[in-house]
Amino acid sequence: MTTKSNKKNWPLWEIFIRSKNGLSHKHVGSLHAADAEMAIENARDVYTRRNEGVSIWVVESKYITASSPNQKESLFDPADDKVYRHPTFYNLPDEVKHI
Amino acid sequence: MDPKQKALLEHFQARIDAEEKIEPKDWMPDEYRKTLIRQISQHAHSEIVGMLPEGNWIGRAPSLRRKVALLAKVQDEAGHGLYLYGAAETLGADREDLIDELHQGKAKYSSIFNYPTLSWADIGAIGWLVDGAAIMNQVMLTRTSYGPYARAMVRICKEESFHQRQGYEILLALCRGTEAQKNMAQDALNRWWWPSLMMFGPSDKDSSHTEQSMKWKIKRKTNDELRQQFVDVTVPQADFLGITVPDPGLKWNEETGHYDFGEINWDEFWQVVKGNGPCNEQRMKARIKAHEEGAWVREAAMAYAEKRRKRKEREEAVRVA
Repeated sequence: MTTKSNKKNWPLWEIFIRSKNGLSHKHVGSLHAADAEMAIENARDVYTRRNEGVSIWVVESKYITASSPNQKESLFDPADDKVYRHPTFYNLPDEVKHI
Repeated sequence: MDPKQKALLEHFQARIDAEEKIEPKDWMPDEYRKTLIRQISQHAHSEIVGMLPEGNWIGRAPSLRRKVALLAKVQDEAGHGLYLYGAAETLGADREDLIDELHQGKAKYSSIFNYPTLSWADIGAIGWLVDGAAIMNQVMLTRTSYGPYARAMVRICKEESFHQRQGYEILLALCRGTEAQKNMAQDALNRWWWPSLMMFGPSDKDSSHTEQSMKWKIKRKTNDELRQQFVDVTVPQADFLGITVPDPGLKWNEETGHYDFGEINWDEFWQVVKGNGPCNEQRMKARIKAHEEGAWVREAAMAYAEKRRKRKEREEAVRVA
């Protein structure tokens, strides 16, 4: 993605909404705003017109570092053969309760 | 094609065939990216231009109840435009460029918005037919292969169903009113029926993009399939209102289990697509005017944000010193 130096566009922000207390903030999309305060105001109008949220986080998109799809195997495949990390790996007799 | 490119393409198609979603940073063919940017930006432009014919009636809504509903609907369309521009931006498009292309006439938007809204009944007809047709298309797109587009569609579909219901309710009130009011509803149906069928685009045999878009699962149903589905659900709704669909060829077909319907006037379709509809010029003028007259606001907001950032930096420097 290239940013054009001749244009002074409002930067892009990623928006995270907590739908109700007790749940995590979840990414809902992005929008443009001149600063963080405006990003929150715009996110209110764009993403919470029907009571979808009780709290908003905004992060300027350029500050997000994402893993690359090319790293998918090296990052996530090692977990595939570690069945012993799951409770069902351990064989216990049925008579044993509450475990 | 070189073998590496071929392998990438095959892997990509295998992911599509396995119903995996494609996400922004994944490898994708240039043509997939280009098709999506074109389609999503057209869709975004349609939402934005679509505010104009309805905005025309906000100040003249017949009651406060109708007015708040129409205001909320038009505000939703603005929001839908933003979700969609956002989805296009995940593909590397720049929103400012997309808007420039619209204003320069290089990008299209749905032709339906080049028809005028002459009476209050038209607002009912738009909600019922135009949003109804849009929903057919958008429900299909909630399963499109590109993740951000599919997610935007899920949000949009949730919000659109009120649009269609408010439109139908407007017509229901008119059809249960005086003879003159019922005639208004009939007149609106007469003018909006065929343009609504045209919203699904050219017939499958003339649609240049359909085949590839189906293969990539950008689209899940063809234009003609969606159009048929729309006719099948909408005709009984017209019957309930007690108004007549303006198509002498419309007939229930026992054998197929679908309605047969007349031939669309494709000359009119292509004329409006090419910019010769009743309101093409007026719509673009209004959009460009709004964009240009808003330029100072965008610039002022940037200047203000910059000023505040510098002040904050100075204050922090003083504190450290």
